[in-house]
Amino acid sequence: MKKVGNHNSISRILKFSLALMLTFSIQLFAQDAVTPAPDAAATATPAPSATGDAAAGKALFNAQCAACHKLDAKMTGPALRGVGDKYEKEWLYKWIRNSADLIKSGDERANKVFNEFNKSPMTAFPQLSNADIDNIIAYTMEPVPAPAAVAAVPGGDQGSVQSGGISNEVILGALALVLAMLVVMLFLVNNVLTRIAKANGLEVAKSEKSLPIWKAFAKNQFLVLVTVIFFLLSSAYFVYGWFMQVGVDQGYEPIQPIHYSHRIHAGENGIDCKYCHSAARESKHSNIPSLNVCMNCHKNISEVAESTATPEYSKAFYDGEIQKLYDAVGWDKANQKYTGKTQPVKWVRIHNLPDLVYFNHAQHVTVGGIECQTCHGPVEEMEIMKQHSPLTMGWCINCHRETEVKLKDNEYYKKIHEELSKKYGVEKLTAAQMGGLECGKCHY
Amino acid sequence: MLFGLAVSVTSCFDSKSPNYQFFPNMYQSVGYETYAESDAFNGENQLKGQTAQVPPQGSIKRGFEIYDYENSTAGYELAKLNLKSPLDSISEKEAAKGKELYGIYCAICHGEQGNGKGKLVEREKFLGVPSYADRPVTEGSVFHVITYGLNSMGSHANQLSQHERWLVTDYVLQLKSKL
Ligand code: HEC
Ligand code: HEC
Ligand code: HEC
Ligand code: HEC
Ligand code: HEC
Ligand code: HEC
Ligand code: HEC
Repeated sequence: MKKVGNHNSISRILKFSLALMLTFSIQLFAQDAVTPAPDAAATATPAPSATGDAAAGKALFNAQCAACHKLDAKMTGPALRGVGDKYEKEWLYKWIRNSADLIKSGDERANKVFNEFNKSPMTAFPQLSNADIDNIIAYTMEPVPAPAAVAAVPGGDQGSVQSGGISNEVILGALALVLAMLVVMLFLVNNVLTRIAKANGLEVAKSEKSLPIWKAFAKNQFLVLVTVIFFLLSSAYFVYGWFMQVGVDQGYEPIQPIHYSHRIHAGENGIDCKYCHSAARESKHSNIPSLNVCMNCHKNISEVAESTATPEYSKAFYDGEIQKLYDAVGWDKANQKYTGKTQPVKWVRIHNLPDLVYFNHAQHVTVGGIECQTCHGPVEEMEIMKQHSPLTMGWCINCHRETEVKLKDNEYYKKIHEELSKKYGVEKLTAAQMGGLECGKCHY
Repeated sequence: MLFGLAVSVTSCFDSKSPNYQFFPNMYQSVGYETYAESDAFNGENQLKGQTAQVPPQGSIKRGFEIYDYENSTAGYELAKLNLKSPLDSISEKEAAKGKELYGIYCAICHGEQGNGKGKLVEREKFLGVPSYADRPVTEGSVFHVITYGLNSMGSHANQLSQHERWLVTDYVLQLKSKL
């Protein structure tokens, strides 16, 4: 027998809960201190600009410019906050309508930014009117919104506790108190009653001295036999249960090098599983995405929105995890460039069949048309990935016995379907009837 | 005592580390596992310490066709003008596949209808995705953009084979004509 990986010692758990309690108490105070702040931030909304409608500008900006520009950070193009001060209106009209012309005309400032950005051209927008551009500029001139106060909660890292937990705690405490009071009251009432009884001259019936219960028990041999058998059977049951779970890693959820959340990606944002696990369509293994796939989105998404943070994981924590991704691919956020210094991410493998088994994703996902969730569970709700199914032989076989094969539109199965349905006298075939129980299909 | 029992039982169960295994004699073969750490590759141009290697330079995979347009603005313009799809007729099944692939890889940003309103855009996570109607795209340029990406859109060449990219291209043009 061997144990893969190492145990968590109890002392670590203790330490962890201590830390948990500490952060919890800090949070209690911090929340008191912080609550008034958001109101202050909310009232400080910027005054509407006199020259353009910032709200309309925001819509235009998001639709047309956000592919290359952000307000406060460099992307394909420069950060745009405050460009209205940098250039005069006429220049901006010309630049935005057709920057290439302006550059060709030899305008000094135009050529300077153009060279600064490696001569990457900006799309021309001849369709924008002066008013549209004014609106966009008004949007870029808005002051930086005050950082929301929630981010200031200290200890908002791993161990912080749900604020919803507070009310639960209070309720539990109150319940315990009530229970204790009841017990005390019962005791008191009992006392009072006996005293009244004594005062009235009544004798409280003394229980007759009998054999101690265990002696009586030991005398009754039949009862002893039954109990022994009961204990033997039940311990056998537990031992059997324990042996049967040896080698089964159901529920295994290791800590990954990057806290990547399927809940946020596949759940809230609805990204298709195969966007990342694209090899599941056509190969034995379903791949873990390479980091360039992550960068398809994360070149642009360098931090999470306020609303993404949960009581358990703060925004600062999530942003830190995205930064880990950047460190691994070697992406320099400030300059929007790859540095070339990469570092493979060591994802911990969760699902792992022994090498004596052959399992193929393409066969199940593409040919069989089985949803990922059938085997992997509600992945789109998992903050931390875990093994949902036991992955035992019984589990595979059960499903092969129960699941019908999708024969429609599959030329490959035409002949075998005719023969087998004659043989078994059924219209629909299960995977088992097609040979899904033969040892050689799953074992090398 | 009950408490002690409870602690000793629960402390053995830890979902953060794998379970015991019973005589795992044939569980790990001598061969290297996919994506595993290993010291098998130590050569000059190899990635050390891992089994996932980049193919040697100049090697091409089976069925690969060389793509001659380079990843630059000039390459994009050339592809837009000259590149034509090698698929002359697309069967119904293949067209359905193109649609499915578009749903997996593109709709999250570009929207099911190609109007630039995918789920990420609606949720304001990823902005600046154009509607196909606003862009003068051709067969060649769409293929080029899927292969190399364009500005903040990334390359999808490692998720889609060449053939699949042409199917998706065809579907994009269908969407554009409907917008
Ligand atoms: C295709 C990407 C792209 C899009 C879309 C785009 N820009 Fe640009 N923009 C750039 C690049 C790149 C530069 C830097 C100059 C260069 O290389 O041409 C730039 C420069 C600028 C500048 C000069 C900034 C400075 O600090 O010197 C302004 C102003 C500007 N863009 C406004 C806009 C507006 C407004 C829109 C939307 C209507 C827009 N851009 C859309 C890529 C883009
Ligand atoms: C944005 C990319 C992305 C999407 C979308 C995605 N995954 Fe993942 N998946 C990952 C990454 C990265 C890992 C490795 C880290 C981990 O295990 O948490 C992973 C791990 C897994 C694993 C565990 C692999 C192992 O080690 O055994 C399973 C199973 C899985 N994903 C299933 C799914 C399913 C089902 C969906 C769709 C509901 C999905 N994934 C959507 C990126 C993604
Ligand atoms: C299709 C787009 C897309 C892809 C691909 C993608 N992400 Fe994300 N990612 C997002 C979005 C959207 C958010 C949430 C941003 C928000 O809520 O403001 C996010 C948030 C995150 C976060 C912070 C929240 C969390 O899950 O802990 C991390 C870390 C992260 N992504 C890592 C990755 C990694 C690693 C990959 C590659 C396997 C990846 N992402 C691929 C779109 C994507
Ligand atoms: C029939 C059940 C089944 C279905 C359906 C299924 N998987 Fe799996 N998956 C497994 C098993 C079993 C393993 C372990 C494979 C191994 O160890 O070789 C696994 C492993 C994985 C892994 C770890 C890497 C690997 O291949 O070893 C990922 C990632 C994964 N699955 C993702 C997916 C995604 C995404 C889908 C949907 C497109 C999916 N799976 C559908 C059963 C399934
Ligand atoms: C959710 C149900 C389900 C589970 C769980 C499942 N399978 Fe399957 N499997 C199928 C179906 C359905 C098919 C038939 C697919 C087809 O060819 O259309 C199949 C086919 C196969 C085949 C090909 C059989 C043949 O006749 O060629 C193999 C091998 C296989 N499965 C192995 C496994 C292994 C190993 C496991 C457990 C790790 C497993 N399967 C778990 C549903 C399942
Ligand atoms: C549907 C696929 C499938 C079929 C068919 C199948 N097996 Fe298995 N078998 C498995 C899987 C998966 C495991 C690994 C279970 C685990 O790790 O808990 C396994 C494990 C075993 C083991 C235990 C090996 C070990 O040391 O842990 C034996 C023995 C075995 N199979 C024998 C057989 C025999 C004999 C047959 C034919 C009657 C057969 N199997 C058919 C999937 C299959
Ligand atoms: C992560 C979000 C994202 C995904 C996924 C995505 N795109 Fe894009 N796409 C963009 C953005 C942003 C632009 C605008 C690029 C620019 O012009 O700066 C764009 C532009 C385009 C264009 C117009 C290019 C031109 O010539 O003007 C086409 C065509 C296109 N995408 C096709 C696709 C196809 C096909 C897919 C699926 C394989 C896809 N996109 C997936 C974000 C995405």
